[in-house]
Formats: sequence, structure tokens, C-alpha cells
Amino acid sequence: MNPEELLYCETHEWVSISDQGPDKIATVGISQFAVDQLTDLVFMELPEPGAEISAGDEFGEVESVKAVSSLYSPVSGKIVEVNRDLPDNLDTLSEDPYGAGWIIRLLVSDDSSLGPLLDFQAYQKQCAEEG
Amino acid sequence: MRNRLATQPLFELSKPGRRGTQLPPCDVPQRDVAELLPTEAQAAALPPLPEIAEPEVIRHFTNLSTLNMSVDTHFYPLGSCTMKYNPKRNERLASLPGIVDLHPYQPESTLQGMLRLLCELQEILAEISGLPAVSLQPAAGAHGELTALMVAGAHFRELGESRTKVLAPDSAHGTNPASARMAGFDSVMVKSSESGLVDIGDLRSKLDEQAAVFMITNPNTLGLFDQQVNEIADLVHQVGGLIYLDGANMNAIMGITRPGDFGADMMHFNPHKTFSGPHGGGGPGAGPICVRDALGAYLPTPVVERDGNQFRLADNRPRSIGRVRSFFGNVGVLVRAYCYILSHGSDGLRRVSENAVLNANYLLSRVRHILPVPHGHRCMHEFVATADDLKKRTGVTAMDLGKRLLDYGFHAPTVYFPLTVPECLMIEPTETESKETLDAFAEALFRITEETPELLHETPHSTFTSRPDEVAAARKPRLKWSRPDTEEKPKH
Repeated sequence: MNPEELLYCETHEWVSISDQGPDKIATVGISQFAVDQLTDLVFMELPEPGAEISAGDEFGEVESVKAVSSLYSPVSGKIVEVNRDLPDNLDTLSEDPYGAGWIIRLLVSDDSSLGPLLDFQAYQKQCAEEG
Repeated sequence: MRNRLATQPLFELSKPGRRGTQLPPCDVPQRDVAELLPTEAQAAALPPLPEIAEPEVIRHFTNLSTLNMSVDTHFYPLGSCTMKYNPKRNERLASLPGIVDLHPYQPESTLQGMLRLLCELQEILAEISGLPAVSLQPAAGAHGELTALMVAGAHFRELGESRTKVLAPDSAHGTNPASARMAGFDSVMVKSSESGLVDIGDLRSKLDEQAAVFMITNPNTLGLFDQQVNEIADLVHQVGGLIYLDGANMNAIMGITRPGDFGADMMHFNPHKTFSGPHGGGGPGAGPICVRDALGAYLPTPVVERDGNQFRLADNRPRSIGRVRSFFGNVGVLVRAYCYILSHGSDGLRRVSENAVLNANYLLSRVRHILPVPHGHRCMHEFVATADDLKKRTGVTAMDLGKRLLDYGFHAPTVYFPLTVPECLMIEPTETESKETLDAFAEALFRITEETPELLHETPHSTFTSRPDEVAAARKPRLKWSRPDTEEKPKH
């Protein structure tokens, strides 16, 4: 994925929405900035497919040598796919957070649930303030 | 030179048949164990205990004891942990036979001295905290938090309220949200403002009739006294909630101000930080709690009651949450706290806090010329410096600085806590350090920042082991020792 085309949460998750027939599928991961801040990852907990979650809900957590951070969903919907290989291959997340390091895919329940997401430039600005 | 042979695991030093003692032949008829015990009580094989001679055991433990840093060997400015020197007098007094030979099952009439000591300690802690009802039972600070939140839960149940939220600032100790969850509440994080204090706007937006308790550490983990604490207490009380004071930082305010006077309804003390209890090592600990009178009925039982000149353990308290610890908590730690408090007296305790704050401010005034201290030029008992700029410039991290300090003969400060300051070093000198020690520490820190990144990334060079691989240790932990010859591949 091209990070400049993604939408971001203030909590550092990214989302990419694609049309698959009538459905909208959201792919969710965490940003390069988040990966850099977390430093070396040691553990990750992921949800089961099938769960219904709302935008802003916690869907998992990622632990580094420094801290445990919750993962929050940018959109509302049903989890249809989980990147199950990720917890055993945390380097994938560190090295390719926008590609092979994607975390979950959701069937978006409705467009209005997109919530207040940031575009790339607004997100960069937030990161500059935080970093 | 280091004796690396002696510090190998005892199991690996073991040789079959080697013994520390030689006993004379047994002078009573020997009988086989199989004759004496039924089959189901007999183990299939003897436990694999190490077989070692006495000098090897002595060398093993004596050498191990020299590999660690401790307050008795090194300056130990571990922020938030208050690693102050523990006067040896308290150890000696707590070891007196009249204290260590007591048994909790003795009749109360023969325990009067100990009960009096504990009762007086309750009264003293009530005075220092400004909160009159005390329980000495909790076995650690975090256990005190949990106990107090259970007391709050009992209070709200009796009012017929089912409040769900416990709030704490993002700079709080991790134990606060953990205790909230263990006590059955949802944990809600309140943001800090730019200045490192509670963001009142964010607090307001999260306060409602579901708010049970706001947990505040004051002075906070940035070493700042939150002067909004009265306003915060009013806001929380207006919605019917309670204020819990995390007493981890009482070393900064003893005898100067009292949590009960600035709005707290409940608090714990950490005797190992404030009153010379043993530091760390996994215990035993103590975390006495003090609460307002109205909450006293819910405290764990038994409590020590005074009846004229007689003292008794009272458990006739129907509204109590019950017992939270066997017997009466870790009394040995409480005895040390009592000795520490009495040997200082009220003026002495105030001077402890004044000197802790003075030492921290002196060190701050030196360190801020070496590393930025983002939250001002004044602090309470500790302060937080950051290596963020240094890292961006040179790649040297707070961890590198901490590790290198070990080579200079100083324990590292706390690093990467609180979470609100990147690449932080949290420095708490405590009241027991001399100006010479503080100057030497600042000098060492300055020299380290002048060293090359390549050198610093690979420190420490002088310790028994250098850097453990924290990532591998967390990803593929080996939690069990196994004989080298039967070693299993670690599972992950």
C-alpha cells in the first residue's frame, strides 16, 4: 500500500478501503511511526474472525520491550480476515507495516462509521507534534 | 578477579556423592522407607538436588552477592522507586528476639507489645496521611490499591450505586489501571496537559455518575506537585466519586502536607520507599492504607483496637470487605517502618522530605545542562530528563546512558517511564545522598554524553554480563532450567 493514500486514526492505525462487488472491505494495520515508536516487538494478540466491532473499539494489542499498546479499529464492521502469521513473525510488522504487516480485514458495516480519520498530511502533522 | 566457576548454577556444579558434611554412622536400627510409607506416598525417584561441598556453596552465594548493585554498595537514583538508604538500626531492632520469636497463634494477652506497636503505627499513619481509619494488612503498595478500591466498591454497593469507572492520569504507575481492573472496574485514562499535570478539561469530560474513583499520584511521576488537586477533588466529589492517592511519592511531602487535607479519601503508603522497609527482591512488603472515617467500616479485618491499656485484634465488623492477607500482613516490615518513624520523630520526617526535595533540585540544576528536563527547573523529590534530542542527533538512547552509568559505578535511573516523555530518564537521588555523590553522578553523566555512540551502544563493559537480549528473552523465554545433557529446544 502507498502510505500517502491511506487514512489514519489518531491512535496510529491505518485503514485502506476497497470495493469488492457491493461490499466495502477495510484493511487495517499500524503506521511506520507507530512501529518506530514501539521499537522491538515481542508479542501480539489478535482477534478471531467473525467478531463485530465498532470504530474506536479495541481489537487486539501489541507489546514491545517498552510498552503494551492497544489496537483500535478505525471503522465499524465484521472481522473477516486476520493476519494469523503475524504474531510468530513480528519482524514482518516492523519491516513492512503497510504491506505484509497488515493486521485485520473488516467487512465495513456502513460508510457513516468511518469516523474522524486523518489523511496522510494531517497524520504526518500529528506525528511531527508527537515525535 | 571474578570467580566464574563458582557462579555457575548449583545444579551444574553438582557431582554425585559430594557432600557438605560427613555424619557418623546411624546408631539406631535403619529401616527402609518402603516399609514406613505406603506406596502412593513414595516418589518414583529422588528429587535431583545438587550435591556440593560447603566451600562451593559458600563461594557460589558469596560471589553472586557481589554481582548486583544495591543501595548499600552504590548510588541508586532509580526514579519512582525511592531507593533510599535503610538505616541498619531498624534491621537490628526488627530482629530482636521479642519480635521475631512471636507467633501469631499466641494468646492475645502475650502479644500485647506487638499489638501496641501496630496500634501506634496505625495512629501514626493516620496522622501523617490525615486519614483516620487504617489497615496495615495489605502486603504491598499495589495490594493496598486493590484493597482500597474494594473498600470503595463496598461503599458504593451500600449506597445502591453500581459505578463502573476508575480514572487515572496517563502518567500513573501501571499498577493503578491494573488494580482498577482487578477490583472489577473499567480503567479510564485521563490525559496530562503540556505542563505534565492532570488535564482538567479531559478529566471533566470523563467524569459522570459512573465514576467511582480518581487515582492520583501527587507529587506525580514527573516529580511535580499538582496544585490543582483541590479543584480535582472537588470535581470528583461533585459527581459522588472518591479520590485515591497513590502514596508512592510520600517521601516528598511527609510532615509538609497531608493527602487527607488536599482532598484524598483513601491512600496507601509504600513502607519500602518511605519508611525503610526492605527494597524489592519480590518481598515481603507492606502497603498499609488509610481512609476517611466514613469508609473505615469497610476496611479489612482484623484491625488493632485500643481499649485503655489493652490491645486486641477486632473482627466484629459486619461491613468489612474481610481479610486480604493471612495473619496480620508482613509485620516484620511494619516494625521497621515504626522504628524508622519513631527514630526520626515528626520534625525528622519533615526534614527527610525537605532534603529529598533539595537533593533532587540540586541534581536537576546540574543535569539540565547535560540533558533537557522538559517539565521545568524545579521539582519535588525526582525529575525526568530526556535523551530524545541526543537520540535524534547521535542515535544514543536513554538505555545506552543508563547502561553506561553502570560502568561508572552508578546504578541507572529509571528509563522509559513515565510513558509520556520519550527517551526519558527518571532520576530520584533521595535524601540520604551527599553533595559529593550528586556531583560525581552529574559529572559521570556529562562524560558519558561526550562518548561515542559506538562505545555506548555496547555498554556496559565492566559488569558480569553485558546486555541481555531483551527481545529474544521476551519472544522466546526459557522459563525452566534443564540439565545441559537433556536440554530441550525452547518452545515458542
